[in-house]
Amino acid sequence: MARRYDSRTTIFSPEGRLYQVEYAMEAIAHAGTCLGILAKDGIILAAEKKNTNVLLDDENFFSDKIYKLYDDMVCSVAGITSDANVLTNELRLIAQRYFLQYGEPMPCEQLVSWLCNIKQAYTQYGGKRPFGVSILYAGWDKHYGFQLYQSDPSGNYGGWKATCIGNYSNAAISLLKQDYKEEISLQEAKALVVKILSKTLDTTKLSPEKLEIASLYREKNNTKMSILKHEEVKRLIEDQERVEKEEEAQKKREAEARPST
Amino acid sequence: MECILGIRFNDFILLAADTIDSRSIVVMKHDVDKFFPLSKNLLMAVCGESGDTTQFSEYIAKNVHLYKMKNDYELSPRASANFTRRMLADSLRSRERYNVNLLMAGYDEVEKKAELYYMDYLASMMELPYCAHGYGSYFVLGCLDAYYKPDMSVANGYELLKRCIAEISKRFSINLPTFSVKLIDKDGIHDQEPIHARQLVI
Repeated sequence: MARRYDSRTTIFSPEGRLYQVEYAMEAIAHAGTCLGILAKDGIILAAEKKNTNVLLDDENFFSDKIYKLYDDMVCSVAGITSDANVLTNELRLIAQRYFLQYGEPMPCEQLVSWLCNIKQAYTQYGGKRPFGVSILYAGWDKHYGFQLYQSDPSGNYGGWKATCIGNYSNAAISLLKQDYKEEISLQEAKALVVKILSKTLDTTKLSPEKLEIASLYREKNNTKMSILKHEEVKRLIEDQERVEKEEEAQKKREAEARPST
Repeated sequence: MECILGIRFNDFILLAADTIDSRSIVVMKHDVDKFFPLSKNLLMAVCGESGDTTQFSEYIAKNVHLYKMKNDYELSPRASANFTRRMLADSLRSRERYNVNLLMAGYDEVEKKAELYYMDYLASMMELPYCAHGYGSYFVLGCLDAYYKPDMSVANGYELLKRCIAEISKRFSINLPTFSVKLIDKDGIHDQEPIHARQLVI
């Protein structure tokens, strides 16, 4: 039945590229930003909410962009939301099947790897298009502790200390390269996330409605995930604005102190 | 008519299994090894239908090994036991079930404890301080109830095992002349001196 579909979606170009995969990544480059930072005592995932229409009924669901996969892992997506729903559903199934078979939670990398094998299949056979989603995974397991992974439509994945997907991700990643320090704490990571997003997003001013921040941490041998409350996000944004104002004032003072030529 | 026993102490486990393979009234082989190592710190003792025992044990052992090859770390004893139980449960409601009973002993290097799992052909599983399969279990469980202590040394544990096997030799009507013994601890699987019934004071 592959005859009925355009079988050209999964073949190489003469230059050795997979165009459909690249086009999928292009779709993601226009989607809402997701940023992830690995701290020594947890992981922060931040997502830019693109659907901030006041008419949206957003009181009764958990989150727009952040999905809980199982007790020890959450993920954030950038790209086509309906594709993301299919993949997160599959991730949850995979994790529970592992738990059914082994009686213990699935290690993070195995889950990412399993899904990426599925994503890869869509780039090689079937005549179907790849998934237009990149995913940031934040999880904990007993083998390697806290881990942050990123996967893309090609089915490639990597482990990261800090990374960004979606709109303005390149700018965010270059800022992260400068500002990320090893052994950063969870609290410092929250501030760093707000700093980076305020500098890279195109909105003139960040607000708690546009930003969703989740943190993953361990408490008493359990993994916990919490979405930061409105007030805390507001406070982080205000702290960041204050720091920026001080930096500006400092620059001004330095410019005035220099003798004019 | 087979018998396998396991006793879990604080930092090690002793597993013992008889060495007889019989078909009806005839003893086919006197020196059978009923143990299957799954990894450095994980050992399985299996009894039940001839053929099923080897097939099933090798299947589990190779799957445990495959996991290690794929993932660079090993399955914990608890995960291996759960996996084995899942295989037994799936086979139970399939065309033909695996007719095997087993004891799985392992030392978990992450949690730093010894674990002993009892599983039977109906896919029931329990982590126990001591357990046994076969008719011999009727004789040794009472013995272990009375004399088991979790903090025994290896020497005392071995004596306790001898006591159990003496009980079997005295009261079980089928002759099980030798039991091979293995010790599992954080350093791996170690062979112990086999226990011969005729050398025991009964």
